[in-house]
Amino acid sequence: MAKKKLTKEVYLKWYEDMLFWRKFEDMTSALYIQQKIRGFLHLYNGQEALLAGALLAMEPGDKMITAYRNHVQPIGLGVDPRKIMAELMGKVTGTSRGKGGSMHMFSKEHHFYGGHGIVGGQIPLGAGLAFADKYEGRNNVTLTYMGDGAVRQGSLHETFNLAMLWNLPVVFVVENNGYAMGTSLKRTANHEEIWKLGLGYEMPCMPVDGMDPAKVYDAMHEAMERARSGGGPTFLEMRTYRYKGHSMSDAQHYRTKDEVAEFQKQDPILIARSVLESKKWAKESDFEEIDARVKALVQECVAFGENSPYPEAHELWQDIYVQENYPFIKE
Amino acid sequence: MRIIQYREAVAEAMSEEMRRDENVYLMGEEVAEYNGAYKASKGMLDEFGPKRVLDTPIAELGFAGIAVGSAMNGLRPIVEFMTWNFSLVAIDQIISNAAKMRQMSGGQFTIPIVFRGPTASAGQLGATHSQAFESWYANCPGLKVVVPSTPYDLKGLLKSAIRDDDPVLIMESEQMYGDKGEVPEEEYLIPIGVADIKRPGTDVTIVSFGKIIKVALAAAEQLAEEGISCEVIDLRTVRPIDYDTVIESVKKTNRLVCVEEAWPLGSISTEIAYMVQKRAFDYLDAPVRRLTTADTPAAYAPTLMEAFLPSVDQVKSVVREVAYQNA
Ligand SMILES: Cc1ncc(C[n+]2csc(CCOP(=O)(O)OP(=O)(O)O)c2C)c(N)n1
Ligand SMILES: [Mg+2]
Repeated sequence: MAKKKLTKEVYLKWYEDMLFWRKFEDMTSALYIQQKIRGFLHLYNGQEALLAGALLAMEPGDKMITAYRNHVQPIGLGVDPRKIMAELMGKVTGTSRGKGGSMHMFSKEHHFYGGHGIVGGQIPLGAGLAFADKYEGRNNVTLTYMGDGAVRQGSLHETFNLAMLWNLPVVFVVENNGYAMGTSLKRTANHEEIWKLGLGYEMPCMPVDGMDPAKVYDAMHEAMERARSGGGPTFLEMRTYRYKGHSMSDAQHYRTKDEVAEFQKQDPILIARSVLESKKWAKESDFEEIDARVKALVQECVAFGENSPYPEAHELWQDIYVQENYPFIKE
Repeated sequence: MRIIQYREAVAEAMSEEMRRDENVYLMGEEVAEYNGAYKASKGMLDEFGPKRVLDTPIAELGFAGIAVGSAMNGLRPIVEFMTWNFSLVAIDQIISNAAKMRQMSGGQFTIPIVFRGPTASAGQLGATHSQAFESWYANCPGLKVVVPSTPYDLKGLLKSAIRDDDPVLIMESEQMYGDKGEVPEEEYLIPIGVADIKRPGTDVTIVSFGKIIKVALAAAEQLAEEGISCEVIDLRTVRPIDYDTVIESVKKTNRLVCVEEAWPLGSISTEIAYMVQKRAFDYLDAPVRRLTTADTPAAYAPTLMEAFLPSVDQVKSVVREVAYQNA
């Protein structure tokens, strides 16, 4: 596939999408405080460029899989955001009928393969999706995302070897936001260059500025084209930052406010906005319109979630087996 | 007596044993600089330093195995799993290595290791984060499995576990770390493998362990008002099981209900029921009953989580049934 031009339309979409994701996440955090969302809640704030750039590089039928920081990826892929909000609220109208919750979003229709709560668990799955595409002769690529914490799991290393051995059409993408919970990257290994883990497998690998959607797009496009043309896996270390705590109960003593502020200066939404401004692709009134649309859609999501019912108790025994009359033990 | 939190009891037990024995060390995710994901190792990095309180990357298989290897070579590791759900990444090292090393080496190697962390559900966390593996691990010879339900029990049992020369698994609960209870200043140990009668009674025996025993105790309290006297036994250890305490009680009450947060098939309750029918068959006046979680993965929605877990009302109604007190 030819490389796309970064037109006014691309930047307008990036700006509006990323702003929506940001505001959507902010709303989930407000709903969490009101106890309308429970459990863990991991927000994507700060990391939006990783998704925006990737979406532009994806072709129909390409796939995405990630860990538990996963609310906005399905939205980017086309899932109705109201359904994501409903899932977060545990409602039966949610993407998993309220069964999965914050960490387990899925959309078969939109090629989003989860939403995985066990760190590193999705890495082999992503290679497996690619294995099936290759097996079936489909010309598709799977983007397999993971956190910087996840690269220390054995699953990464076993999967890297297999993906190279079998030349699978997969791109492994590390969202290096500097921390795994309270553990900074530098405390998890003897060097901080995650991308170099690809070298031992002779997998093409490199670091990427993950705050700028244009740079993310460039790297993704190159890696995905390699995979699509039979060149096998790539390992990309996207350098980004998470603005919020790990989940909702995180005092963040492991970092300073200055550090957060430093990264917020390179905010992906600001980057998109400044391109739109400097190229005179949008004026103040355009931004105001986008703002209003974003706010209205977030409100619609909340209303949809609030007005939806919880699943009824009998749902607990549904969607477990394909077999219809599976004999569960019931007393 | 002094009142402390469950999480403080965890830190005290580990710290006291580390003061006592230089070879005891703690490793796990977030245990050092963060003071524990649930603050159950608070202050320990400050006191013992980074040689003995080690933060690990997220690499359960690796660090659990390194701990087992270090135990083969004379150390006494305490390995914290952020939750037991994540122990599945490391289960090979626990089942195939820690549990079997002594036997396979003809008694040459002992593995004096403690694996600990919270088990079972903790609110609405969905299927992967709400699992209870007590019965899985208890199934495996070579391990001891301890599930303390109070700060007092936790402290005494964890100290015994650290001194034990065999591998011991301690299963705590995210929802118990904030619980407060009486814990004496003086040192004490509680032997592994001894149950505790948390509430004496005469009419029905309820056997339980871990966090869910609170449901059993609440039911017993309410049933007392109806005139049904329940004896609530806290197994505290599920491998080995203190069958004698259970059998003694059943011989007195002639009725048994087990309450457990785990899937029903092959649960600890099932094992208790087997042994009671074998050893006290003639004493039983009603079928042994068990209340477990639903035979399903846990799910996120509050309505589904409620349907998943055993409730006080369910315990009450099953107790009434075995006591033939149905309204
Ligand atoms: C196997 C496993 N171990 C531990 C955890 C607990 N845990 C959840 S998220 C997390 C940190 C992961 O950090 P990273 O991979 O960098 O992703 P980020 O949260 O920064 O997106 C940990 C330790 C888990 N879910 N699974
Ligand atoms: Mg991270």
